[in-house]
Amino acid sequence: MTTLADQFQPGTFVDALRFIVDNVGFLLHLAGEQLELSFAAIGIALVLALPLGLWLGHKHRGLFLAASVSNVGRALPSLVLIAIGLVVFGLGFWNNTAALVVLAVPPILTNAYFAVDGVDPDVVEAARGMGLSEREVLTQVELPLGLPLVVAGIRIATIFVIATATIASIAGGGGLGDVIVNQASYGLAGVVGAALCVSLLAFLAAMLLGLLHRAVSPRHGSGA
Amino acid sequence: MATQAAELVFDEATKLYEGREEAAVDRLSLAVPAGDICVLVGPSGGGKTTALKLVNRLITLTSGDIRIDGTSIMEHDLTELRRGIGYVIQQVGLFPHMTVGANIGTVPRLLGWPKQRIALRTEELLELVGLEPEDAKRYPAELSGGQRQRVGLARALAANPPLMLMDEPFGAIDPIVRMRLQDEFLRLQHELRKTVVFVTHDIDEAIKIGDRIAILREGGRLAQYDTPAAILEHPADEFVAQFVGGDRALKALALHRLSELELRPVAEADGAPRVREDTTLRDALARFVSEKSEVLLVVRADGTPAGAVAREDLLR
Amino acid sequence: MIVAAGPVIPNFGRGSPCEVNNGTFCTDWVRAHWSDTLQPALVQHIELALIAVAIGFAIAFLLALVGLRVRVLDAPIGYWADFLYTIPSLALFQLLVPITGITVLTVEIALVSYTLLVLYRNMVEGLRAVPAEVIESARGAGFTRTQTFLRVELPLATPAIMAGVRIATVSTISIATVAAFVIPKGLGYPLFIALREDVFKTEIFAAGALAVALALTADALLHLLERALTPWTRRVRHA
Repeated sequence: MTTLADQFQPGTFVDALRFIVDNVGFLLHLAGEQLELSFAAIGIALVLALPLGLWLGHKHRGLFLAASVSNVGRALPSLVLIAIGLVVFGLGFWNNTAALVVLAVPPILTNAYFAVDGVDPDVVEAARGMGLSEREVLTQVELPLGLPLVVAGIRIATIFVIATATIASIAGGGGLGDVIVNQASYGLAGVVGAALCVSLLAFLAAMLLGLLHRAVSPRHGSGA
Repeated sequence: MATQAAELVFDEATKLYEGREEAAVDRLSLAVPAGDICVLVGPSGGGKTTALKLVNRLITLTSGDIRIDGTSIMEHDLTELRRGIGYVIQQVGLFPHMTVGANIGTVPRLLGWPKQRIALRTEELLELVGLEPEDAKRYPAELSGGQRQRVGLARALAANPPLMLMDEPFGAIDPIVRMRLQDEFLRLQHELRKTVVFVTHDIDEAIKIGDRIAILREGGRLAQYDTPAAILEHPADEFVAQFVGGDRALKALALHRLSELELRPVAEADGAPRVREDTTLRDALARFVSEKSEVLLVVRADGTPAGAVAREDLLR
Repeated sequence: MIVAAGPVIPNFGRGSPCEVNNGTFCTDWVRAHWSDTLQPALVQHIELALIAVAIGFAIAFLLALVGLRVRVLDAPIGYWADFLYTIPSLALFQLLVPITGITVLTVEIALVSYTLLVLYRNMVEGLRAVPAEVIESARGAGFTRTQTFLRVELPLATPAIMAGVRIATVSTISIATVAAFVIPKGLGYPLFIALREDVFKTEIFAAGALAVALALTADALLHLLERALTPWTRRVRHA
């Protein structure tokens, strides 16, 4: 194999940490870029997928759609999405945003669907029988009961999007990926340092959403 | 508690499902007088639950009409109609994410009652159905099956609806607790005088609970609609006779108590076993058999003798 | 980290009019470069994924055999896997480079790591879901512990295990495209080259479509395998 044939270099990690310390401002700026891109994509995906998933779940329609979207979504490699985004939209804001939105929609849509679809039908019937309007059934009964699953979907989507936003650097996405894919300028220490930062960023985001997930999960048991 | 009950009329009410030949409910016509309990009973496939759900339009009528106090249910706004009807189901369907208090206060909240009034009403209802005021803060998962059904009843009564629909409300509860809930429900109804439509598949429950019983047969056709006594004594046809069971004479005995009989003089029961006058004739008959006696001494609640009853008196 | 370009660079700028104008999809380029670019990349991609899932399956199975009886493993494996899942694949590949170098080993370590969580969880949950009375009646009928495991527990857990294998396989095929950031292998590599070569559309669409088709085909084949392995589940579900 024709490679640069690096050998085991534990020193690289020390150099990587030094790189991080020396470039805190720069790395923070890149992390900001990456989060900006990620949040824009998540926001758009939420607007598109959440109401659709909740509505389909409420109507118990579109099981096939919800299931296939999640299957196809998993089969779509993020690198392919980034590349096709660039082909379709050209370099700019939309090429990466659109690719990330496509990536974020399946988990949000599918989880929203199954969250609402899976609410105990007896509880829903009782609500309807008591005179809750369809909107009230959704907002006061189905959504609160399905919220943990909805948030879990948003958490998965966010992890995907932040990870893929790193790859988006090769298509002008900016962010910490700029350093990772550019060993020529930053050296292996820079690449590894940026990779550590990306991991930390993704881990923090996952943890925050994990806390949110716990906050909306029931303390009142699952019975009744 | 001031409340008025509503008269409920089924007028040729019919439900046909697309692609199915037989109707689920077939030209059902019956009138439930205000303040009465009407029990819908019959084998599965008889359309009892369908008939019930036609009333609050969880299922839509195919043809015919249902009127509450003379107004067709189709003329009401859907949510207004449902908010004015109490609805209790077997699985209770309590909202697991809300406390007992919030569950009970659901409809008043939708109706925009002030908070203070909802709190007072919740407390009143908890007491009415035999729960503690502190239970308001608990979640449904912390309650037993019987307690949940009490909360379900309280929730349905919250806005003081003139009409109650109850779909096998005690069906999932063990026999001993079910008996107690039935007794308490009858006591409550004595006080509240709602119009109630009550679905069950248990003929004994129907006889115990109902002022009137509607027996539905396969295909959603009404086989007989009458008082429990009339149905037991004069079943309309072979199907009804079969459904109420070969022991219908015994069941009929359960509808009357010793106090309703013309008793013999006390002297005829010298040394005979004692039996309280609020005993049903069915239980009294059991005493005759177990005591191997021809005559029993009937006593009042305070223990004083009221008269004597002989075995043949029951069989008239 | 882009490795010096091999023979996969497209004819962009020198080929047919379609290629010169960077047309949306030049079938002549695909025909001309199927055997020197796309086919090798596809074969390498299948190799990368197959090795990762096979090793992942073996490790997860051994872990599950232990975790099945000792619940102590659940929490640490769960935490580790959750942590691992949040690390972007590109970062994980690069973090391994100082340790294992720019090698297939680096890529496989990362890919195997990603398969472990879903495989382990589905195995353990599938095996734990086998009803105790079924196991008891097997033991009562004279099966040894090993026989019970092989003939009763394992078959009954197969649907859950296969569901895990399907998810792991599809995910691995997807993530393996990112391996091209480290080694010039798999369907990610032509994608990568096409992006550098001024976004050569034909190659992007061809390689991208192959990657998606590979994932969906693998999923379908595994679905068929699952049905063949669990004939008893078919009639029940539609009854």
